[in-house]
Amino acid sequence: MFDYNFHWRPVLKTLPDLLDAALLTLEVAILAMLIGIVIGLCLALIRLHMKGSLYWFATSWVELARNTPALFQLFFFGFGLGAFGLHLSPYLIVLTALSFNCAGYLAENFRGGFLAIPETQMRSARSLGMTAWQAYTRIVIPQVFRIVYHPITNQIVWCVLMSSLGMLVGFRELSGETQFFASRTFRIFEYFAATAVIYYVIVKLILVASRILAARLFRY
Amino acid sequence: MIQIRDLHKYFGPLHVLKGINLEVKKGEVLSVIGSSGSGKSTLLYCINGLETIQKGDIIVNDIHVHAKQTNLNQVRQKMGMVFQQWNSFPHLTAVENVALAPKIVKGKSKAEARKIALSQLEHVGLLDKVDAYPNALSGGQQQRLAIARALAMEPDYMLFDEATSALDPELVGEVLDTMRLLAEEGMTMICVTHEMSFARDVSDRVAFFHDGVMEEIGSPSQIFGAPQSEHTRKFLAKVR
Repeated sequence: MFDYNFHWRPVLKTLPDLLDAALLTLEVAILAMLIGIVIGLCLALIRLHMKGSLYWFATSWVELARNTPALFQLFFFGFGLGAFGLHLSPYLIVLTALSFNCAGYLAENFRGGFLAIPETQMRSARSLGMTAWQAYTRIVIPQVFRIVYHPITNQIVWCVLMSSLGMLVGFRELSGETQFFASRTFRIFEYFAATAVIYYVIVKLILVASRILAARLFRY
Repeated sequence: MIQIRDLHKYFGPLHVLKGINLEVKKGEVLSVIGSSGSGKSTLLYCINGLETIQKGDIIVNDIHVHAKQTNLNQVRQKMGMVFQQWNSFPHLTAVENVALAPKIVKGKSKAEARKIALSQLEHVGLLDKVDAYPNALSGGQQQRLAIARALAMEPDYMLFDEATSALDPELVGEVLDTMRLLAEEGMTMICVTHEMSFARDVSDRVAFFHDGVMEEIGSPSQIFGAPQSEHTRKFLAKVR
């Protein structure tokens, strides 16, 4: 009934390559997160404080990033821009698509965080003679950071897992590399099972690190 | 000295302050009473420059608060403000709450700022809570923390905006005691309050606000003993 013969040897032999690819996955995910955080913060502040064309630009970004499949966004930066003669490397396609997507999601997290801080915090800070900038950086932002901390962790996880779409544009990150070896050896099940475990471990490590960091950062 | 001349304030079409004239001398304690929506709190926000004004003038220590060239951040250092919602900074410990503004606004060293903070925490009776975060403090303690935070800037004036209104009844006393202590030390204070006993016992003068107008101002015995205005009489009859 069940006569599949597992062959793990090819997987073990190429494990170093898979781990190298895992590092690439991690690299692109972290870079996309950093870019996403910076842009997301800007988008949130624009949406909170500005009107006119900048507001519409930021809002459109958030809407497109959140309301369309991540895969389509990836294809846009890959084949979509390619149609206009702009050919990005697979690495850049994945990085820009992930950054675009993360910025959209994070913008809404940040916006919610800012809205959660009562206006009276700003008022009392200003009443002490702080400049708007001081009040923002010393009083508002640290509180917002705490509110968005766990959503950001979530987004990192999502980013790591979503980077696997990269294999569809020929990017040899963890999934792309797995696909490559799987089709060369025909040990498809074994390769993807092993890779799933690697993803699981990466994400688990991120979550544990995040929890340890949170305990050190947030004493209140 | 705080001088207010023909002050008008609008929120959109709403005329909130209708020509207020008022002087508060150094060392004086003025209580402002009146029903909600009469413009008492707005007056404090205008004095502090947290709200813009549409007409008139507010002069604090010879500085026109609402003049274009005025550096509000400097003026505000002279005026400590305590809000109804105590607004402790939740991410900072008690001592950090108090030390922050002296450090970043006045440029004191870390050690100096901490020393100032500790002495102000002692002042308001919170020396045993130095390293506590606000969420571990009661409402009364947080309000005293807010007072210490304002005092740490060594203000000439203290503005209290219904400092006890949001507190549980059993916590009101400790905050009033702290305010009383400041009054005895000679701090110049404007207290918007619903605590009639405080207004009567502690203040030098009491002002009654009704519908954006300062209807009456005088000594506590005058206002509480022989109010002239019909509105004052009605208000006092209700709160007694």
